[in-house]
Amino acid sequence: MKTTQHVPKTTREAKDTSAKKDRRPLFFGLGFGILFGFLLHKGGATKYDVIVGQLLLTDFTVLKIMLSAVVTGMIGVYLMKSLGWIKLSIKGGSFGMNVLGALIFGVGFAVLGYCPGTIAGAIGNGYLDAITGGTVGIVLGTWIFAVMYPRLKDGILKKGDFGDITFPQLMKVNEWVVVVPAAVLIILILVWFERAGF
Amino acid sequence: METIASVFTATHWSPYAVGIGIGVLSWLSFLISGKPIATSTTFARTGGMIENFVTGGKADQRPYYKKIKLLINWQWMLVLGVVLGSFLSALISGDLQFGVWVPSLWASAFGDSAVLRGFVALAGGVILGFGARFAGGCTSGHGISGTLQLAVSSWVSAIFFFIGGIITAHIIYLVIA
Repeated sequence: MKTTQHVPKTTREAKDTSAKKDRRPLFFGLGFGILFGFLLHKGGATKYDVIVGQLLLTDFTVLKIMLSAVVTGMIGVYLMKSLGWIKLSIKGGSFGMNVLGALIFGVGFAVLGYCPGTIAGAIGNGYLDAITGGTVGIVLGTWIFAVMYPRLKDGILKKGDFGDITFPQLMKVNEWVVVVPAAVLIILILVWFERAGF
Repeated sequence: METIASVFTATHWSPYAVGIGIGVLSWLSFLISGKPIATSTTFARTGGMIENFVTGGKADQRPYYKKIKLLINWQWMLVLGVVLGSFLSALISGDLQFGVWVPSLWASAFGDSAVLRGFVALAGGVILGFGARFAGGCTSGHGISGTLQLAVSSWVSAIFFFIGGIITAHIIYLVIA
C-alpha cells in the first residue's frame, strides 16, 4: 500500500515536473470524485430542495450525512495517523477568515441552494440553474476574491489569526481525549435527530 | 426482492449509509492520495484559467493565482468526477433532471420563472464563491474534511456556514417570500 510522501517546499519544482509525468494522482482524483458524486446523489445532497430544506430546518438530511461522515472519517483518520500511515492536512485560519468569510459563504449557500461540491453533483443530476447561473456565479465570485486578495491578505484575513491547529493541539491533550468524546457527542446528536423526528 | 443491482438503482439511500460511505472515502483519500477531499479551489483555478485564456496570461500575475497554482490537478479531477458520479447515479436510478430550471421549493414561493431563478443562482454563486475563498474552504474542505481532522479553523467555519445559511434561508422564505 502506498503511503504519503510529503515533498519539502525546496523541491517543489522537481515535484511539478514529476507530477507532469505521473498522471496517476489525476486518475485517483477522478475516481474519488466519481464515488463522492455517486454518494452525494444517493443522499439527495445534489438537490436544492434538500439543501435549502436543511437551512430552513425542515429536512435534516444534509447534517445527517455530514455528521456521520465526520464521525466515520475522524475515527479512521486518527487511527491511521496513530499508526503513522498518514499525515493530517490542517488549514490555517483566523476569525476574519473563518467567521466573516464563513458568514458570507452561508449567505451564498442559502441564496444559491448548492455549495461548491454539491453544485458539481447538481450539474451531473441535470439541474439547469446549477449548470448555468450557479456555476458561472461561483467562478466569478472566486475571481473577484482573487482580484481583491492583495488588499485582503494582510488585513481582514489575518485578523485574530489562530494558525493551522487542531483541538487536541489547542487543548494540549492526547488526540484520543478529544476524538472519543467528539465521536460520542456526534452520535448522540444523530440519535437526538432521530428521536425528535428530524 | 432486493438484489445488489436494486441497491444501486435506488434513487435514495439512508443519509447514514451515504455519510459513512463519504467517511470511508476520506480514509482512502488520505491513504492513497495523501489529501483530504475538497472542492472550492477548483472553481478559483478555473476562473484564473479563463482569465488567462481571455487576456493571454494576465491571471498568472495575480498573487492569489500564484499561490494556488493554475493547473489541472488532483482536486480539479475530483470535482469533474463528482459531476460524473452524480450523473451515473442519477442515470441508473432514473433521476436525471435535465430540463429543470426551477427547483420545486423555489417555485412554491417565487414562481416558475427560469430567468429569475437563474439570476438569483448567479448572485448566490458569486457570494458563495467569494465566501469560500475568503474562508479558505467550503462545506467539503472545511465542513467534512477539516472537521473530521478536528481543525479549529474548520469547526469555526462549518458553524458559521450554517449560521449564515440558516438566517439567510429564513429571510428568503419567511420575510421576502
